[in-house]
Amino acid sequence: MSGQAPERQERSGGPVAIRSPAADRGALVLEAVQLCKDFRLGRRRDAAVLAAVSDVSFGLYRGAVVALVGESGSGKSTVARLLAGQDELTSGEVRLDGRAMHLDHRKAFRSYKRDVQMVFQDPFASLNPVHTVRYHLERPVRLQRGTKGRAAVETEIVRVISEVELKPAQQYLAKYPHELSGGQRQRVAIARALAAHPRVLLADEPVSMLDVSIRLEVLALLDGLRQQRDLAVLYITHDIASARYFADETLVMYAGEIVERGPSEELTQRPAHPYTQLLVASAPDPDALGSTLRTGTKVSARQAGSALASVKGCRFSARCPLADERCRREAPPLVAIGPRRAAACWRLDVAAPDVMSDNRQEGDECMRA
Amino acid sequence: MLEIRGLSITYLATGSGVRAVHDVDLSLRPGEVVGLAGESGSGKSTLAYGACRLLRPPAVITAGSVIYRGRRVEPGGVEVLDQSAAQLRALRWREIAIVFQSAMNALNPVLRVRDQLVDVIDAHLRLPRDEAHERAASLLDLVGIPRDRLASYPHELSGGMRQRVMIAMALAVDPEIVIMDEPTTALDVVVQREILSQIVELKERLGFSILFITHDLSLLLELADRIAVMYAGQLVEVASAADLHKRPAHPYTRGLLNSFPSLRGPRRELAGIPGSPPDLRSPLEGCPFVPRCGFATPACLEVDMRLAPVGGSDDQSHVSSCPFVSPDEAGGTGAVDQ
Repeated sequence: MSGQAPERQERSGGPVAIRSPAADRGALVLEAVQLCKDFRLGRRRDAAVLAAVSDVSFGLYRGAVVALVGESGSGKSTVARLLAGQDELTSGEVRLDGRAMHLDHRKAFRSYKRDVQMVFQDPFASLNPVHTVRYHLERPVRLQRGTKGRAAVETEIVRVISEVELKPAQQYLAKYPHELSGGQRQRVAIARALAAHPRVLLADEPVSMLDVSIRLEVLALLDGLRQQRDLAVLYITHDIASARYFADETLVMYAGEIVERGPSEELTQRPAHPYTQLLVASAPDPDALGSTLRTGTKVSARQAGSALASVKGCRFSARCPLADERCRREAPPLVAIGPRRAAACWRLDVAAPDVMSDNRQEGDECMRA
Repeated sequence: MLEIRGLSITYLATGSGVRAVHDVDLSLRPGEVVGLAGESGSGKSTLAYGACRLLRPPAVITAGSVIYRGRRVEPGGVEVLDQSAAQLRALRWREIAIVFQSAMNALNPVLRVRDQLVDVIDAHLRLPRDEAHERAASLLDLVGIPRDRLASYPHELSGGMRQRVMIAMALAVDPEIVIMDEPTTALDVVVQREILSQIVELKERLGFSILFITHDLSLLLELADRIAVMYAGQLVEVASAADLHKRPAHPYTRGLLNSFPSLRGPRRELAGIPGSPPDLRSPLEGCPFVPRCGFATPACLEVDMRLAPVGGSDDQSHVSSCPFVSPDEAGGTGAVDQ
């Protein structure tokens, strides 16, 4: 247990031995180690168990963005809630600076919150309608930072609201949430998170409720703050294209499991897992100008993946065009398919022959060297 | 098919009111998909609902005309704005149907899918009971939902299925025009794609026209034949999807095109649009986009916002309200020609 030894960074890839591309940016801060979260469906003793999150491991590094991509119900928000200490883990560990966190005490939870803050999806719901912007920012400044004295609190509030580019500060501080646009509200939500001076920011779909033209600005703001404050950011989204632009590493989740991870650019340009390929193929492509919609490239979205604990085999197999007997019988482990990439699929040789052959060549070169 | 001319809609409020839609001309031809793009508050939904007379006070239509020409109405077309309540009832759904925004909540939670579909059929067609039921079942076939779902309540369906039920319901009495207001915004990309290709397929098969409203221009570029871009209650550019993509003319359109990250091709420099939309409570002089526009000159404050063919041509198929910035073929930054 020696703090941030280099071996620890290696391990942050979970059981797979890959080095996260986010590790290039800075030191490991927050680590998810084999997170599992089960929900029992109903109260009876024999009720079915939903494995909302199973065996999810990754690391968040200073100054780096890690994106968690997946469809609704894939468990990505549950991962954020587990990391934020808002849900109890079924098993696994959350480590901050290498120390396992036990957040069952109020005091421990509050001190953890100083380091790890969250921005929620819906800025219309996450701000209290009966309080002004000032109130929302004053609470973390007083409670988390422990700033005392009216003048000191005021300086801190003004500083943090200017940081999210709401100017003039005094004018915004006096406003109520309903007087602000969606983009402005989300900026207030970000300011509230920053007011605690966190080192980790968990952003759960921070722009999905905003207009397309506003999204980019809020993302650019988050990116600027990441740089200035050397923040470790977890960016949760269903928009894989924004992950390409914004994140160092992208993790793709399906039915509670990470099915593929790797450097964002590589992963989006040469997806290996059939589900990632489906996600990429489904994103709107303005350059195609209707050709794909009209020729009707049919994707099978008929059946949602099941995360029921009783389900055997690969959870994507019901929708996967390549699924065979083995896929339906045995769940594939997440294995390295390159120095920085991993995927969980039995049929990678068929699904992504080019990625796999590159990997083999690199492997051979390593052996020779 | 549908011709909107000089339509203006105001929300009455203290002072001069909110000018939500101002002097909009837009037409929809048979079998066409027209996309209406713009950010929240740009007036795109107000325009569509106004054209169907679905707005209630304090919204008031202050000027304009909406002519509907369908196969089942008199040859000269009907003026929607002059219709009586009874005439409107005959027009709506039978001729013009709407798929509302947040379809998740537009279904009645305490009625089975079958009853909701049969309700629509009863209200507009007066079929015998068993025929109405059969029609409801065949509507589900149409959108690819198993027939046994007729007995389901909305909460028993997934989001994508509910959206499909909404589309089936809009198509229940074979309308000529379907207005879709952000039908896929709340859905995942994979489901969204499936529903869009289904919409295109149904359109080809049944031959209705679509007015598709969304804030996501990247979606429209793939889906629509023509695209109208709306800003602060006015149309700023109308063009075919291909023209709009390759030769955007209005600076706002360019900003929108530069706002979404693309998944394919090289990584582009994303610019976005700085600032926020204008306050429509105060009257606007000249172009409403001036405060956010990189090309703005003092002349922009006096500009006439009429749509005119771009680049000095007389091609009415590509019009823009900005007389100063002309589209450049490369699609990069445009030059200002004074």
